[in-house]
Amino acid sequence: MAHSLSSGKQPTWGETGLGIVAGLLALLCFVIAGKAQDPGYGFHAVVFMLAAAGSVYAIGKRYGARAAEPVPQVLPDGRPNYNLGPIKFATVASMFWGIAGFLIGVLIAFQLAFPILNFDLPWTSFGRLRPLHTSAVIFAFGGNVLLATSLYVVQRTSRARLAGDLSPWFVVLGYNLFIVVAGTGYLLGISQGKEYAEPEWYADLFLTIVWVTYFLVFMATLAKRREPHIYVANWFFLAFIATIAVLHLGNNAALPVSLWSPKSYIVWSGVQDAMVQWWYGHNAVGFFLTAGFLGIMYYFIPKRAERPVYSYRLSIIHFWALIFLYIWAGPHHLHYTALPDWAQTLGMTFSIMLWMPSWGGMINGLMTLSGAWDKLRTDPVLRMMVVSVAFYGMSTFEGPLMSVKAVNSLSHYTDWTIGHVHSGALGWVAYISFGAIYCLVPWLWNRKQLYSLKLVEWHFWISTLGIVLYITSMWVAGILQGLMWRAYTSLGFLEYSFVETVEAMHPFYIIRALGGVLFLAGALLMAFNLWRTVTSVEPAEAERPVVGSAVIPAE
Amino acid sequence: MSDTYMMLAHFAQTWGLAYFVGVFLVVLAYALSPSRKGRFDAAARLPLSED
Amino acid sequence: MSLWKKHQVFEKNSIILLIGVLVVIAIGGLVEIAPLFYLKSTIEKVEGMRPYTPLELAGRNIYVREGCYNCHSQMIRTLRDEVERYGHYSLASESMYDRPFQWGSKRTGPDLARVGGKYSDAWQREHLDDPRAVVPTSIMPAYPWLAQRTLELDYLGQDLAIQAKLGVPYDDAMVADAKADAWRQADPNADPGDLEARYPKVQIRDFDGDPTRITEADALIAYLQMLGTLVDFKLYDDKANLR
Repeated sequence: MAHSLSSGKQPTWGETGLGIVAGLLALLCFVIAGKAQDPGYGFHAVVFMLAAAGSVYAIGKRYGARAAEPVPQVLPDGRPNYNLGPIKFATVASMFWGIAGFLIGVLIAFQLAFPILNFDLPWTSFGRLRPLHTSAVIFAFGGNVLLATSLYVVQRTSRARLAGDLSPWFVVLGYNLFIVVAGTGYLLGISQGKEYAEPEWYADLFLTIVWVTYFLVFMATLAKRREPHIYVANWFFLAFIATIAVLHLGNNAALPVSLWSPKSYIVWSGVQDAMVQWWYGHNAVGFFLTAGFLGIMYYFIPKRAERPVYSYRLSIIHFWALIFLYIWAGPHHLHYTALPDWAQTLGMTFSIMLWMPSWGGMINGLMTLSGAWDKLRTDPVLRMMVVSVAFYGMSTFEGPLMSVKAVNSLSHYTDWTIGHVHSGALGWVAYISFGAIYCLVPWLWNRKQLYSLKLVEWHFWISTLGIVLYITSMWVAGILQGLMWRAYTSLGFLEYSFVETVEAMHPFYIIRALGGVLFLAGALLMAFNLWRTVTSVEPAEAERPVVGSAVIPAE
Repeated sequence: MSDTYMMLAHFAQTWGLAYFVGVFLVVLAYALSPSRKGRFDAAARLPLSED
Repeated sequence: MSLWKKHQVFEKNSIILLIGVLVVIAIGGLVEIAPLFYLKSTIEKVEGMRPYTPLELAGRNIYVREGCYNCHSQMIRTLRDEVERYGHYSLASESMYDRPFQWGSKRTGPDLARVGGKYSDAWQREHLDDPRAVVPTSIMPAYPWLAQRTLELDYLGQDLAIQAKLGVPYDDAMVADAKADAWRQADPNADPGDLEARYPKVQIRDFDGDPTRITEADALIAYLQMLGTLVDFKLYDDKANLR
């Protein structure tokens, strides 16, 4: 039935429209490639041109292979016909980018200990690789995890197939194209110089289109749900998607120098730009790295523990309090700077208040295990997720502490901040992601279980050791350097020159890099485990006939 | 300049505070109202029910 | 009970949920950002501030391109040790022409807000080419390609033009002469024309030791050498601009 070419087959509006738009884009990019004022920009025009031309080809090929009727929403047995293809893609992409991002992280960590590793080349120097690392782990790894989990959870808890036919594919493929363009751009020296928002105007524009499509797919799927309630995980996902759209537009409001140039200038300047940047920057933490991953927590932990969330009411209070308070916290990145004092105080106050909803959420996640704590002994996947919630609690305690102006005067500009970020990024974000992916892969590929829980054990312990090395070394390094900067001799002179404080960092930079190596090793074990799961574990249930273009899900 | 600061501080300590407390109470009432318990319990079981 | 029924909309209606989210997040952002556009301390001009010369702007764009902000801040906080180590704390107006701002968030290397004039051009050149030749224990990457690459001057007018559109006070003549002005600044033998009138305190000399051409090192060093030099703190009145 899937491959019958019935006479009544017509291209859909989506196929026609997207085909035409992609064709025109390919032409435009061809012209831009010829007139580009910068070779890197020309390269990106070629990348976009090939992607657009490839899309036209893929849409045509897909049309030729598909049935005349649209893909059924419901299977013959009455279950929703879930759309898992784009989710599988995002899952695989997240593992790929995760390993790539951890690898770059290890490299730049070693560069700080041994500067010779910069190799005196433009595209391997720290200043270009560090944005590559942050973007690869936050947006490429984290972003693909969020795409995969949000599109999975919204279908399962709505009991409805993902809205749209081509659009979910456009979202995952387009998002990863953005990643490729952004990452290669940094290496080629194309950057707008705003932390965590380095991609230039054309990449930002393309991401906006992808993100709006993502938003529409998510909303339309909620709209066609067959459950009366919108499950709380979807609240968090929706807040994440909507807020990131607003932040992205606000922080990247820039005028390009010309259509032929990758360069743009931001409409904000100086203090205003600083405030907008950290309004963006901190809420990228709050809504991308927190709200989105809390959505994962609220689905995957109950699912894996096989018990409902500890308190659904607490989850609602958690939700509103978190999104209400987070948005104010940005100015704590600008203490004692030229930003007006009242804004700094406001940022500090709200950051401290954030402690409460954060711990409310942590308690809710942990207590979901109540009555089932024994599962932590037997199930390393669940343990990984529970430990991630514990790390969430730890870094959301440390964060408000560091936002206090007196503490911040010591910690700011030092590696303490780097340690804090990584306790959240490695401990919370990566661990909840690993847990979710360990759950997802057998579900998506219809496998009975993971290839090896023993390997998950190893992954857990190796990377936990890595995190501990990372965080502790950065605590010591940061506090030490902060104290050295402000140390005075008995005669009232500054005691240390700057470079002496740099020298003092050396041993800690090595320990940190080793922590990173362990974390990377854990992720490699994970990739191997997942690959074996897909290739060699027996199916959970007999494969059913393929309906439409979608593979039938597990369970 | 301190005028602006005083003005903002005053606003935050009065109307701002009242507003936040109000919002918090609304959220609390919404989340804790007994009439909603059944629906929340049903919603909480959403991920667990098989399909 | 009927009031509670109304609250069901959040659970049942995704559009309302979305609007609720947007309203809630809009408040914080607006309250913090909007006042910065009219408050005196953030927008008041301080004596001495002027837009970047074309050469300095090109240098600044190289600073951005190479990601210098990943390790160097340009924001001296109002703390005793910082003021003693780096100089007068940074004023809001000192970054008024910064697009993007480059305050940074990490000091793997020292703050650069007032690095201008602290080292000679020769030191800067040597340091960019091989940091460990002048600071043996430095961990900064080397940037040998900067002195080798000729600076792209042909599009400098575009950069000034777009900044003028955003409100930076570049007039038509400055935009038209952008390339020529870059040459006038980097070539001590050229006729400086009205460069100093256009850009007061502009430093005119060959920065990279190679007067025959303008390299990326010329631009970057010109930028570094002007950082923090525009405002004269002997004349600046702290009290006039309470933050």
